[in-house]
Amino acid sequence: MTIVKPVSGPVVGQPIERLEDLRLLRGEGRYVDDIHLEGMLHGAVLRSPMAHGRILSVDATEARAMPGVHAVITAADLPGHDHPDGVPTIPIRLFPNPGMDPFRQPVLAAERVRYVGEPVAFVVADSPELAEDALDLIALDIEPLPAAVTSENRGEGQPALYEGQPSNRVWGYNAKLGDVEAAFNGAPYTRRERFYVHRHTGITMETRGVLSQWDPVAGTMTSWGAAKVPFQNRKMLAQLLGLDLEKVQMIEGDAGGSFGVRGEFFPEDFLVPFCARMLNRPVKWIEDRREHLLAISHARDVHCDIEIACERDGTIRGMRVRADVNIGAYIRTSTTITPRNVSMFVPGPYRIPNFASDVAMVVSNKSPTGTYRGPGRFESDFFRERLFDLVAGDLGIDRVEFRRHNLLRSDELPHPLPSTAPDPHDSELDSGDYGHMLDLCLAKFGWDEKKRLSGKRIDGRYHGIAVGCFIEGGAAGPAENVRMVLEDDGKVSVYTGSSAVGQGVKTILTQIAADAMELPMERLQLFHGSTTYVKEGFGSFHSRSTVMAGNAALIAASELRSQILAAASELMQAPVEQLRYEAGTVCSEAGATMELTALAGRGIAYEATFRNSKHTYTNGAHAVHIAVDAETGKIEIVDYVGIEDVGRKINPLTLHGQAVGSIVQGLGGALLEHFVYDGEGQMLSGTLADYLVPLATDFPNIRSQAVELHPSPFHPLGAKGAGEGGTIPVGGMLGNALADALADFGVQPRDLPLSPARVWHMVQQGRASAGRAGEG
Amino acid sequence: MKLPDLDYCAPASLEEVVALLSANADAKIISGGQSLMPVLAFRLNAPSVLVDLGRLQGLDRIEIGADHVRLGARVRWIDIERHPALRTAQPLLVAMIDHVAHTQVRNRGTVGGSLAHADPASEMPGFARLVDAVIEVFGESGPRELSAEDFFLGPLETVLEPTDVLTGVRLPAWPAGRRWGFQEVARRRGDFAMAGVAVCFDDGTDGAVHDMRAVAIGAGSTPVRLSGVEAFLEGRVLTAELAEAAGATAGQEVSPMVEDAGEADYRRALVMTLTARTLKQAAGLEQE
Repeated sequence: MTIVKPVSGPVVGQPIERLEDLRLLRGEGRYVDDIHLEGMLHGAVLRSPMAHGRILSVDATEARAMPGVHAVITAADLPGHDHPDGVPTIPIRLFPNPGMDPFRQPVLAAERVRYVGEPVAFVVADSPELAEDALDLIALDIEPLPAAVTSENRGEGQPALYEGQPSNRVWGYNAKLGDVEAAFNGAPYTRRERFYVHRHTGITMETRGVLSQWDPVAGTMTSWGAAKVPFQNRKMLAQLLGLDLEKVQMIEGDAGGSFGVRGEFFPEDFLVPFCARMLNRPVKWIEDRREHLLAISHARDVHCDIEIACERDGTIRGMRVRADVNIGAYIRTSTTITPRNVSMFVPGPYRIPNFASDVAMVVSNKSPTGTYRGPGRFESDFFRERLFDLVAGDLGIDRVEFRRHNLLRSDELPHPLPSTAPDPHDSELDSGDYGHMLDLCLAKFGWDEKKRLSGKRIDGRYHGIAVGCFIEGGAAGPAENVRMVLEDDGKVSVYTGSSAVGQGVKTILTQIAADAMELPMERLQLFHGSTTYVKEGFGSFHSRSTVMAGNAALIAASELRSQILAAASELMQAPVEQLRYEAGTVCSEAGATMELTALAGRGIAYEATFRNSKHTYTNGAHAVHIAVDAETGKIEIVDYVGIEDVGRKINPLTLHGQAVGSIVQGLGGALLEHFVYDGEGQMLSGTLADYLVPLATDFPNIRSQAVELHPSPFHPLGAKGAGEGGTIPVGGMLGNALADALADFGVQPRDLPLSPARVWHMVQQGRASAGRAGEG
Repeated sequence: MKLPDLDYCAPASLEEVVALLSANADAKIISGGQSLMPVLAFRLNAPSVLVDLGRLQGLDRIEIGADHVRLGARVRWIDIERHPALRTAQPLLVAMIDHVAHTQVRNRGTVGGSLAHADPASEMPGFARLVDAVIEVFGESGPRELSAEDFFLGPLETVLEPTDVLTGVRLPAWPAGRRWGFQEVARRRGDFAMAGVAVCFDDGTDGAVHDMRAVAIGAGSTPVRLSGVEAFLEGRVLTAELAEAAGATAGQEVSPMVEDAGEADYRRALVMTLTARTLKQAAGLEQE
């Protein structure tokens, strides 16, 4: 089997099979747990069994005395740094603000524990088994405090998490566009709804892991297991360890998924290197699955009160949003993104001339939250699209026409998004034809055919359909670096600051670089994600790597070609103007040629930086057809269609994989995945038998199509960030399809997930209020 | 999620197994390990010794006789699935076992392990109750037999003594022409059932059902024989209306073991629905 199909001519746009796969399929991947260093020790984390409590004592005497144990550290063993109680805290990576400092997470809990799973002590031993044995010997005395579990109504009435902070609303964002008060005054139609998107997150196949090695002679720290944002984490680690930046290296190996959650700076990213330096031995810590479900960033968990004002013909006059985001116990690296996005993105691709949002960040005794595929956008789309179907129903307007009527037209783009405060980052919808995407989706789905099934009972199951439109933000700045080096053997090495977390970035960037250098892909070798490769890197998040690193590769290639011509000019003794670069060969006007290997040893290399502050907005529409068993509450996806305009497809094959996987993850969130907590803040879904991720057999009927109709006007490559768009609309689609299917029962889902038990209860309520006897 | 410190033995005879169990009060038998390994990894149990049945000869046999089918304790789900004659000899057994987990688990999970583990949502204990299987045990006083009816005491609790080894299960021969139905509802394919119902009966020459049997899984502390349903239908000609009425009866016979009252209501409703549906399935009546 050939893995890389030979392609002649440009490879951008070709369905190239992933360069990554052959090695991974052969078991030759190198994940952090595959690395073994001489003299390596193993760590284990003692985690709080209690959601909220005052730490009275942590006695590690017995554990420290256990044979095979090298160290047990508690908060008392940590140096004071930048926190009043002396324990280092995790920095905030995105949109930090000094006002958030009291809510940063200590790397080990010092005085209070605030969620089940919060690190309290760290053991280092000869083996992971012994380290885990030693955890049992640590005597942890915690005085329990009542737990705050909900963010509803700003968390009012919930126990306070922080002394001196009367409210659990610790931060918030407001966004505005137009004059929303005026829009609601005298509006002929308004409707107000409350919705909730439950807590769930991205579950990576490979759990997290850190391996750190201290070199006492050089005074350098090397950490393996980095992913997503190694450069930023390097800065944080250097600062927390009191080391100069260049003394810290972060190495990214293979990574089994990120989805936004993996690769942020977690307590263990400090604890492991800290102990490696303290003990002068390599230390490895591999997260187990039970820890992962508590320790990884959680996501969603947003209550929303949303109000809309319309004309009778369906024209939207304005929208008001008041949302409460349950951010968990602390503000961590990327916690700000979900509330910021909810404040800005509820309007989506629609014309909402007047908009105001007030989004609170509410702390609770649950795991801290961060970004997860489509952060704040999955939630926003559920709120908006659910509301739209209710409004269209009220106004007697076809739900497709309601959307078409209110979608922004091409000639209205670029269109400003609501500006959020504090720390505004203004953005505008760049380009696209949203109405056309809706039409493409309806046609591919066969809407007019399937419309007849709406609410029908066939073979005992109720059928429902739904359609909706979305935008996906991508290409977050500020920059990305790519360094290209012409090697002596005529190959070109490409180094990038973007990270590979399974999304196929190696394949994509090789394609872009190959075309830019007019070389076959075999003549390029790509290196990514380690802080040794480029001066500065920004990582992989916000659907950014293809756009940011791709454009940096274009700049680097252009400069490399100039350098090649300059060097060749000297060797060929011909003026540069008479030379041209053609597919890896320098040709002179006189007919002489020179291969790249002839330029060996001349140090031809360039590190390019692509800077961009303008986001790309991939856009499209989704449609779904479901069949519901009203007696068991089970929902089957009969058909699911996702259409997106990505501006330019670099690799249709990897894009398709991303799109389908993204939809499946959205379906997991809408139907299956749920972190259930009880009133004491104990997590009840602590294993993969309780926290249900989609299996390969669950959602076989997904169709996805990408088009490239409106390239991004902001950069030469034209591609728009993709990979999250599949997830974003799914909750809204499923909620609307369920309402459509169960219209006979008056079912109107307002909360996710749509679990069978919940669906069944909604049917029962519908039956009761309709006074209808249970039909079979 | 690392295993606690423990010893491991793999004896070659039942006598040695029993001797090890007698000598070590907290020893645990391991067969396929599909339930025990997670228990150990979560450190919910830390036995001093694991006694592996893997070296015992003959426990993996499937014997199809005139009066019964005998499954050795170490028969795996995959063995049942792939056996050329079982699908005819015990069609309902095979249909139920088709719902057990996924390939990786099916390659290791065993009949004996499932019976001894006694998860109330499991298919094998449910089937054993439905057909009144005989469970074969080897203990300190040698071999003995237990009825499935007496075997299950509660969730993860059986009458087995700490020194007993479950060696096999005998299933009464399946009469030709016996009708059956089985359905379960799980969140995902292969998950433990939230509820499941199996029914079987023989057609009498009078068109009525005879030897009516019904069992619910996932709906109580053990698999629950729906004796009310059985009595209600015995000797009657099964119709869609009767099936629905039987479903209502089934709802009164189960008390799902979940804390949340809403979830319990849901599971009870599932038993009602599945009882009606499996009866119609067995009788070849139109669903709905």
